[in-house]
Amino acid sequence: MEPLLAIRGLNVRFGPSERPVPAVADVDLDVAPQEIVGIAGESGSGKSTLCGAIMRTLVRTARVSGEVMFSGRSLLTLNDGEMARLRGRELSMVLQNPMTSLDPLYTIGNQVEEVLRERRRDGAGLRPGGAIEVLRRVHLTAPELRVRQYPHQLSGGMRQRVLVGMATAAAPKLLIADEPTTALDASIQDEILILFRELRETAGSAVIIVTHDLSAIRRLSDRVVVMYAGRIVEEGPTGEVFRAPRHPYTRALLASLPRIEGDEVHLEPIPGQVPDLASLPPGCAFAARCPVAKDICRGQRPPESVVADRHRLFCWRAEETA
Amino acid sequence: MTANEPMVEASGIGKTFTLPAQSLFGEAKRVAAVVDVSFRIPHGRTFGLVGESGSGKSTIAKMLLKLEAPTEGDLRVEGQPIFRQSPAEELAYRRKVQAVFQDPYGSLSPRMRADRIVSEPLRAHGMPRREAEARAPDLLRIVGLPPEAALKYPHEFSGGQRQRLAIARALSVDPQLLVLDEPVSALDVSVRAQVLALLRDMQQRLGLTYLFIGHDLAVVRYLSDIVGVMYFGRVVEVGPARQVLRQPFHPYTRRLVALASGDAPLGAVRMQGELPSPLNPPSGCLFRTRCTYADTTCIDQRPEMRDAGSEHMVACHHYEAVVAGTKAETGPQLREA
Amino acid sequence: MSATSEGSGLGPFRRRFTWGRGGRPPIVATTICVILVIAALAGRNFITLAPDEVDFTAILTPPVWIEGGSWEHLLGTDQLGRDMLSRLVAGARISLLTACAAVIAGGTIGIALGLTAGYLGGLAEAVIMRVVDAFLALPFILMALAFVAALGTGVGNIIIVMVLTNWARYARLVRSEVVLIKQRDFVLLARVAGLNRRAIALRHILPNVLTSILVLAILDVGRAIILESSLSFLGLGIQPPDVSWGLTLAEGRTYMTVAWWLTLWPGVAIVLAVMSFNAVGEWLKARFDPRGQL
Ligand SMILES: Nc1ncnc2c1ncn2[C@@H]1O[C@H](COP(=O)(O)OP(=O)(O)OP(=O)(O)O)[C@@H](O)[C@H]1O
Ligand SMILES: Nc1ncnc2c1ncn2[C@@H]1O[C@H](COP(=O)(O)OP(=O)(O)OP(=O)(O)O)[C@@H](O)[C@H]1O
Ligand code: SF4
Ligand SMILES: [Mg+2]
Ligand SMILES: [Mg+2]
Repeated sequence: MEPLLAIRGLNVRFGPSERPVPAVADVDLDVAPQEIVGIAGESGSGKSTLCGAIMRTLVRTARVSGEVMFSGRSLLTLNDGEMARLRGRELSMVLQNPMTSLDPLYTIGNQVEEVLRERRRDGAGLRPGGAIEVLRRVHLTAPELRVRQYPHQLSGGMRQRVLVGMATAAAPKLLIADEPTTALDASIQDEILILFRELRETAGSAVIIVTHDLSAIRRLSDRVVVMYAGRIVEEGPTGEVFRAPRHPYTRALLASLPRIEGDEVHLEPIPGQVPDLASLPPGCAFAARCPVAKDICRGQRPPESVVADRHRLFCWRAEETA
Repeated sequence: MTANEPMVEASGIGKTFTLPAQSLFGEAKRVAAVVDVSFRIPHGRTFGLVGESGSGKSTIAKMLLKLEAPTEGDLRVEGQPIFRQSPAEELAYRRKVQAVFQDPYGSLSPRMRADRIVSEPLRAHGMPRREAEARAPDLLRIVGLPPEAALKYPHEFSGGQRQRLAIARALSVDPQLLVLDEPVSALDVSVRAQVLALLRDMQQRLGLTYLFIGHDLAVVRYLSDIVGVMYFGRVVEVGPARQVLRQPFHPYTRRLVALASGDAPLGAVRMQGELPSPLNPPSGCLFRTRCTYADTTCIDQRPEMRDAGSEHMVACHHYEAVVAGTKAETGPQLREA
Repeated sequence: MSATSEGSGLGPFRRRFTWGRGGRPPIVATTICVILVIAALAGRNFITLAPDEVDFTAILTPPVWIEGGSWEHLLGTDQLGRDMLSRLVAGARISLLTACAAVIAGGTIGIALGLTAGYLGGLAEAVIMRVVDAFLALPFILMALAFVAALGTGVGNIIIVMVLTNWARYARLVRSEVVLIKQRDFVLLARVAGLNRRAIALRHILPNVLTSILVLAILDVGRAIILESSLSFLGLGIQPPDVSWGLTLAEGRTYMTVAWWLTLWPGVAIVLAVMSFNAVGEWLKARFDPRGQL
């Protein structure tokens, strides 16, 4: 099937050109219509930057190159106006920072209505109570009160839900959700994930969900992408990757989930530090922390190995990790 | 200070926010964010606070940080009421109590460099600027950031990196009580594990006391000695962490625990029933609209906190039935998808 | 606010700092502003004739490109034979410097009071904001006239009058931003860190309102120039032998029919200066203040 989103050779660099910070490097990624893709990876691995590059919301100093095709249009070459129109309707995003994404000067109701109005430029009138309806869908209590409150008067989790509500108010073709549930308790988190799945079923939306919560990815997404130091290191069908991770980093990531054994909670952090992006080693960025690294890993960048249908990874020891 | 005097003692604290009337004839609306909450945190221990989003956890944290004043009740730290302090007492209190918040994007002053951010509390307590900033690389190392991070500005860090900066800042003045409002929610599993191990280690070495707010029950359990569970502004269950998070007595906690295990397929286990409205709270037990054990008693009477043995308190009329129920079923009564 | 906004991923905060809003930068206006500022600061070094040098042999000399003009007086001379170009440059100095001084002094007072009101709240806020409202309610030219009547004329007094008429707008702007910023987590955490109120206001709040203040200040330079010119034109502002555009305009008025250059040049100078500062200010405003609270 023709992918909805096709990213080829995407690179994003920050900082001075003498000492660039390659926050996203050589990313290729396809998202099919109605597909739910989870992106996981350590903090600072470039997940938000990747989303920002697709949505074109990065700071102007970011140097973006490569190609991003979204339903036949090349996003990186659209002009600002066209991009803004696209963002309003076909593409929408939940930003990682809920407080700064809401305008402190306006009530929640004003802001939700503004999004609704934007989505209905075709002339259809605004239904009264539309904003309340949006808030109810994301399980906010007393939505009729919330529409009158200002962002700082809501709890962190409530603000996050307001953003999710606004991003899903229309039926976008692609929804990018960057850490949409970090501030939510387990029951509301599940409701939000279910909302995403319903969005796919009722409106045919595709969803990219970026999250540290591996269990959310496992339960929601069709496919998972693991990033490390700006690059994709493994990508494959969710069930397969979680059952039998192939990349040593993916393995370490899954092992670092807290495990409860009897009365003790076990934590196994990945030893070592995330590398400094401005001075990456020539080989595999994970080599310094990798338990199975060989000399070649430190010296040369690993090639892509396709280990199964739609399952690929970048590792010199791809054969042996099966 | 007596031997068993707690670090923190809250007695019946409450906070009601009043929203001004919308029109001349409208009524001012009142939101009871926290209602009649009591708990104690012994020295050197961690009190974990969990519960529904919007249930008042951060409001309790803010009261302890003196950022909001309770509208009711009494809040003491080391036996002293923390409101009505002299300026000198307040400054001493500020040194003793530090905080880390949930939102890494809002927590750092956008136009301040990292070394100034982490050393600012030291300066606020009188250390000369040079000396304070010289300690920045050390503080950064503690939270696993490279020393060159000292020269960057917040927008140059990812979410998780910012949160580590915030933690370094809070640790800079060697506080005794840390208020941690979802400090690791924004961190990925690996860094989260590092930070939690760090927090536990600091607690053991320095005898710190924590108020830890979180949504990830495994994380809360890892760090906490005592856990309180909040639902709509009230603490409905409080007790030793292990018991509360493994053998909960309150129907709400039961569901939370069942959901949090994250094993069930998405949607297989769901909270059912009406969400109560804080504007028009249900009579009797606040959880009755979603509770499978609810009966007329629950509609008529508000359940009081009862001691269910070994310092485990629960506010539920039928907790015995709930506990007994587990023997017959595999879990609390939940909707099957 | 045109805002596709939040749901679409472009939050207003980010939008405030994204280039490309507010159209293209006004290059011509910026250039004029820069030239005016240079003229005001260093213009004296470029002109050879003193602005008050009377030359009865060259009364009402027309500009150089008109019959009877002379290379010595490029833009002509006035009724006392004083060189118009020199007078314009000298006028730029006084007009611009009084405007800037007024904006800086008024801004500082307004910022201080706005910070106090916004951060302390309570009684301090109530009192300060009532005074601000009172000042904003009066038409500013009337207010200026009243103050001149009370204080008298002269450069110093003009600056005082201009400060009195513009501080309130800074106070209001700063207060409204402070009220919002003080709810942000980083300010709460500064309180937790033990910083005193003054340090929080200066280190955490002020830097975050500076952009808006700067925009307002640039817009205000234009206003201040008009105010000073109007007062001087009415004979209530700058007094001879000091030179300002408004004063030059007033002095040339009686000769308007015989020597148009006496009024045209200062008029053009005022209009150009005001329009340029406004254009730059408006552009900055569109870029940094899409909510339009200025
Ligand atoms: N504006 C910027 N200037 C310089 N460096 C930046 C900028 N924005 C991001 N970076 C750097 O790019 C890298 C990737 O950041 P990004 O925010 O994409 O990470 P992330 O994977 O989303 O992390 P997290 O899970 O913590 O949100 C980080 O090392 C960060 O320091
Ligand atoms: N300044 C305020 N004005 C009015 N209402 C407020 C204010 N601050 C908080 N509230 C209300 O108090 C209630 C509790 O909020 P609080 O932030 O304590 O929740 P929380 O338990 O921390 O939730 P979360 O898990 O989502 O962070 C909410 O209904 C919120 O709307
Ligand atoms: S008191 Fe009644 S309604 Fe409330 S939790 Fe217990 S059984 Fe359920
Ligand atoms: Mg991110
Ligand atoms: Mg909270």
